[in-house]
Amino acid sequence: MTAATPEPAPLGAVGAPFEVLIERGKIREFAAAMQSESEAYQGPEAIIPPTFLTTATQWAPPGARVNVGFDRKRLLHGEQEYVFHGPLPRVGDVLIAQERMAERFSKPGKRGGDMHFAVVVTEFRSPAGELVAEAHGTFIQTAPKNPTPEEAPRD
Amino acid sequence: MTEPTTILDTKATIVAGAAGPTRTFGPLTRQMFVRYSGASGDLNPMHYDDTMARAAGNPSVFSQGMHQAALLAAYATDWLGAENVRRFAVRFREQVWPDDVLTCTGTVTEVEELDGGARRVRVELTCTRQTGGVAISGSADFLLGPEAGS
Repeated sequence: MTAATPEPAPLGAVGAPFEVLIERGKIREFAAAMQSESEAYQGPEAIIPPTFLTTATQWAPPGARVNVGFDRKRLLHGEQEYVFHGPLPRVGDVLIAQERMAERFSKPGKRGGDMHFAVVVTEFRSPAGELVAEAHGTFIQTAPKNPTPEEAPRD
Repeated sequence: MTEPTTILDTKATIVAGAAGPTRTFGPLTRQMFVRYSGASGDLNPMHYDDTMARAAGNPSVFSQGMHQAALLAAYATDWLGAENVRRFAVRFREQVWPDDVLTCTGTVTEVEELDGGARRVRVELTCTRQTGGVAISGSADFLLGPEAGS
């Protein structure tokens, strides 16, 4: 166990729930960055763009994030998915977000060593508890360039 | 009980195998990366600080994968309606650099007829660099109402 690395979250670990307020100005700013001119992202009734919930973690308080525990130098964001269970959240909506370590697995790397995968699911619920949206992020720690003694092939 | 529609398609054009429009973004600028950094809250300096990006072994800053995902989302929602999206997924494949030109394309892969005349439409999405390399690939589901719209 290395002292410098924070403890990786085990399978099933959850972060503290936190509040996400859907704000008109933030949607407008995000729509400009995505180069969309859709009217749906403008005005007091604006809905959120498909990848907008990535902004939620900006204000996640301490204890809300689950730690994948991967070496930042070998960390890749492999995949990202958003699922909406009904009409899209819109300006004024309050969502309660909670992260969960949903999956961990490993595969042999192409040049030796192991690649490690972690899937973090964030659920977004209405204050009444209804599941509104989910984010699924897949993170990868690539195999080390110089295998550690335990992983190095033996002659 | 009709919602405002943004859809230009008719039943005839949303069939399995049908191609969507093509849209290009770029040449991409550092300003676009910075704008996405601010909008998303991803303040990783690899996307706006050339000195730090080079120190880490990169030729320059590069675009956030989620920035390209947002551009592909703009393409997809302009095509099939912002209100209609129910799933959007991407896989990050190749890095994207300043001055790159990205081309977004899509194909309908599945149309499921639902009760009441609505349809659930699945599309495959691709965001390609000017080199021909795929920056990100993805897929999305849209729920289209009975009247060719939202």
